[in-house]
Amino acid sequence: MKYKTVIGLEVHVELKTKSKIFCGCSTEFGAAPNTNVCPVCLGLPGVLPVLNKAVVEFAIRAGLALNCQIAEYSKFDRKNYYYPDLPKNFQTSQFDLPIAEHGWLDIEVDGKTKRIGITRIHMEEDAGKLVHAGTITTSDITCVDYNRTGVPLIEIVSEPDLRSPEEAKAYMEKMRTILQYIDVSDCKMEEGSLRCDANISLRLADTEPFGIRAELKNLNSFRSVQRGLEYEQIRQAEILNDGGRVIQETRSFDEGKNVTLSLRSKEQADDYRYFPEPDLPPLVITKQLIDEIRAQLPELPDSRVARLIEQDGLSEYDAKVITATKAMAEYYDAVRVSVTDAKLVANWLTGELARLLNANAVEVEDCPIKAANIVGLLKLLEDGTISGKIAKTVIEEMWQSGKTAKQIVEEKGMVQISNVDEIVIIVEEVINANPQSVEDYRGGKEKAIGFLVGCVMKLSKGRAKPDLVNKLLKERL
Amino acid sequence: MELYRQTINQLQTKITAGEITASDVVASVSKRITEVDAAVEAFITVCADAKANVDNIISRSPLAGMPGAVKDNICTQGIRTTCGSRILENFIPPYNATVVDRLNEAGAVIIGKANQDEFGMGSSTENSGYHITRNPWDLSRVPGGSSGGSAAAVASGQALWALGSDTGGSVRLPAAFCGIVGLKPTYGRVSRYGLVAYASSLDTIGALTRDVYDNALVMNVIAGYDEHDSTSINIPREDYTANIAAGVRGLKIGLPKQYYGEGLSPEVALALEQAIQTYRELGAEIIEVDMPNTDYALSTYYIIATAEASSNLARYDGVSYGLRVEGDNIVDMSEKTREQGFSEEVRRRIMLGTYTLSAGYYDAYYNKALKVRRLIKNDFDAAFKIVDLLLTPVAPTQAFKIGEKTDDPLTMYLSDVCTVTVNLAGVPALSLPCAFANNLPIGMQLIGAPLSEALLLRAGYAFERVSGLANKIAPCGGEQ
Amino acid sequence: MLSREQIEKVASLSRLQLNPQEIEKFSGQIGAIIEYMKVLNSVDTADVEPMIYAVPTHNICREDVRKPSLAHSLALQNAPQSDGNYFVAPTVVEK
Ligand SMILES: [Mg+2]
Ligand SMILES: [Zn+2]
Repeated sequence: MKYKTVIGLEVHVELKTKSKIFCGCSTEFGAAPNTNVCPVCLGLPGVLPVLNKAVVEFAIRAGLALNCQIAEYSKFDRKNYYYPDLPKNFQTSQFDLPIAEHGWLDIEVDGKTKRIGITRIHMEEDAGKLVHAGTITTSDITCVDYNRTGVPLIEIVSEPDLRSPEEAKAYMEKMRTILQYIDVSDCKMEEGSLRCDANISLRLADTEPFGIRAELKNLNSFRSVQRGLEYEQIRQAEILNDGGRVIQETRSFDEGKNVTLSLRSKEQADDYRYFPEPDLPPLVITKQLIDEIRAQLPELPDSRVARLIEQDGLSEYDAKVITATKAMAEYYDAVRVSVTDAKLVANWLTGELARLLNANAVEVEDCPIKAANIVGLLKLLEDGTISGKIAKTVIEEMWQSGKTAKQIVEEKGMVQISNVDEIVIIVEEVINANPQSVEDYRGGKEKAIGFLVGCVMKLSKGRAKPDLVNKLLKERL
Repeated sequence: MELYRQTINQLQTKITAGEITASDVVASVSKRITEVDAAVEAFITVCADAKANVDNIISRSPLAGMPGAVKDNICTQGIRTTCGSRILENFIPPYNATVVDRLNEAGAVIIGKANQDEFGMGSSTENSGYHITRNPWDLSRVPGGSSGGSAAAVASGQALWALGSDTGGSVRLPAAFCGIVGLKPTYGRVSRYGLVAYASSLDTIGALTRDVYDNALVMNVIAGYDEHDSTSINIPREDYTANIAAGVRGLKIGLPKQYYGEGLSPEVALALEQAIQTYRELGAEIIEVDMPNTDYALSTYYIIATAEASSNLARYDGVSYGLRVEGDNIVDMSEKTREQGFSEEVRRRIMLGTYTLSAGYYDAYYNKALKVRRLIKNDFDAAFKIVDLLLTPVAPTQAFKIGEKTDDPLTMYLSDVCTVTVNLAGVPALSLPCAFANNLPIGMQLIGAPLSEALLLRAGYAFERVSGLANKIAPCGGEQ
Repeated sequence: MLSREQIEKVASLSRLQLNPQEIEKFSGQIGAIIEYMKVLNSVDTADVEPMIYAVPTHNICREDVRKPSLAHSLALQNAPQSDGNYFVAPTVVEK
């Protein structure tokens, strides 16, 4: 493509506070419609907001984790626009004095690290949900559920520093990792607790001014972020190639059809008539509060990766997979405390355990195998009680039954045979039964030994110690 | 003397002595309503079951069993709350305003919801979506606004006390026009939770009563910190009756010369002159002060109030409560609903506020007004370094005729010229009768520093004891 | 006087529909009030901080504690239209 892409992201993050930002209603996802509501979040006449302290603390935590400067003085403003998911027809948000500004986060694409600027982070209230019978365009009615109204959000606005859809996806993934690490949000895109709007434009060269941008909405998964932007990149390039002009508009990504569709053009610019929220006194953030929150921040993914590489000697790949979620990183630490071979731990977590989690669509937090039981399994491996192959069967069984590795190995008699005499008997039996393979091997077909080893293992039900089988076979051939 | 003609303080003495019961009081006031409200039309809703539980009240508060009116922009759980607007004709709040909770705890009896200018937008109570309330001293005149129903109810003996709201003078002006006492407290002294917002940074709730002492009694119930209002002042309230009789000897009372300009009617000018003389005789020192930014107050007020109103009233869109006029789609429905549900004045103020907040105008109007607001506040701060209180007229004229000012909105806005400064500065002010002329009352305004309500009531009480103007019941067109 | 375009834009932002007479009337009236408000231009506010809040407090927060929500029936009590679960409104799509 002859064009250069410029992307900036606006990320909305639902904070996992117990109560809403301005009232005591629950923030729980999935309640029956209009049950987590009160006069305040319904925007009834006469109500007033009272700010939830935890929202400010979470926002500061996010600001610090994203290397922002925290405002000494911050206030709320009203953003005025009409939409039926907004009961007051204004959103209490922050305009000119957001809680945090001037941050960054590092992403990695094609093995290269790139720093993406973060313009600002501000606090605001979420809107309700509109439900349409049929589709939005065919339905005559709109059903409104205000449960989500007033759930606290932070909006994180990036600089237009992203240069490709892959970078945008990497940014979102990194954002999720960090926000999960600092425990401010569940970051579940499918539940809407992490949402992304993207501004994308094209230009001929990096030195040119930005082109006209489209705003992309409805990017509901990491895959959508990338695919929606890829589609938009091509769409805009085609327009430009034909000598046309991209129009500034809001477009929605249709995941099923893999296209973006125009929602509304921004010919008449929005006029939100921001003004300071008179019902909420301003915030004065002391250095002491910032220091307290900073002191409570957990180790963040980048420094954790460095630690695993340097101290544990892991590969960069393993270190990144392990630190991709806070839960996995903590799982690793919990196992690693009792197992000296860091690489062994990494191999099993990124290999078998990850496979089981994936196949069963289970999060690390909900893993049925506790870290202590993985320790037990790896100990049996390390002291030679079971082979790697048996261990794979054992972990499967552990996942199903919740039993410890030791229980399973003992119950099923899976202890490895390392007694030479016992193995020799089987080896000789196999040699006698497979004269053709023996001949092939002796004739120079080295591969034939693999078949013979397999036969020994099969006869021993996998319990024969593999290196001994190899050695004893070779001696007799 | 009939019970409805007496003050809360007088009635409680009799109840304590066992001469009467609270039910007798409620019955007397209820009867008065049936007699005169057809002429005055102070209420939008009269609470039929107000009498039901009077005898079960266990509260020892001086307000226990005392019937009063609540302005219809203060939410009452289970009792419709219209704000004087057709757009909320059927709105039943599922919650109580904090002041209503406090009145209920005190055992006060809410006898009705009082008429008002729609959403507080007006100075005459002619701009109600329901009916015009009449001045009980002269039924051809306005009671003032926007708490005109509250003031008329108290002045006519249909309530012993009333709550009003004051955004630019809406408690003080009707108090003056109806010859009663109205206190606009310091912003944040009385919780706004449950007061339907007009202009959030200016709105206050205040009490209207027939004498100063009763006003202190109501303030003792409604004032104080409330965790549901983030702008509530977290300082314990005083006992407003404790020091009320201490007099004004040695107090310095300032006369801001900007309030005594050419616009005052001769009657008002004379009444104020006499009031000043009274205070002198009571031992106060009178000092002229300069408040140079007063002339900018009206513009400042109308910019800020309408801007905030344009946002506060955006919620009336026909979606989840209030009036709905059917339309082809949501925009059409909301536009039709607001067209039918709001009066012309409300729509005018919404558009004015929208205009001054819109792109390109914010700095020239809204932000500029906020800066001038600071200057006006500075004027008060400076004045209160020199004097303890300020004394001014409440309005340049007495109550005007119904229909006299409805044609030109700007003329109506000028009624608020003496009162809006107080809301801009956030300070408290007391409106109380200082004279009668042509059988119509004239009010004066005492303004104090933040949280000086007790001092204001004390100064008002001292005046009232010698003026003979306390507890006047208006004739409502009949014999005095 | 505000121009027709100005008053129409303001009306649209305010969710109000105006007929031609109203446009005429409001543009005159609002124009006159705006004109009156221009008196503020003569005030020197060069070094003046805007007074946003009537009370000079800050950091007024509550603890992150859940409080009971409204009973479902009360929540929907004032709805002009509801299906027992949701508030029901006309479509958001302009047809
Ligand atoms: Mg936002
Ligand atoms: Zn709520």
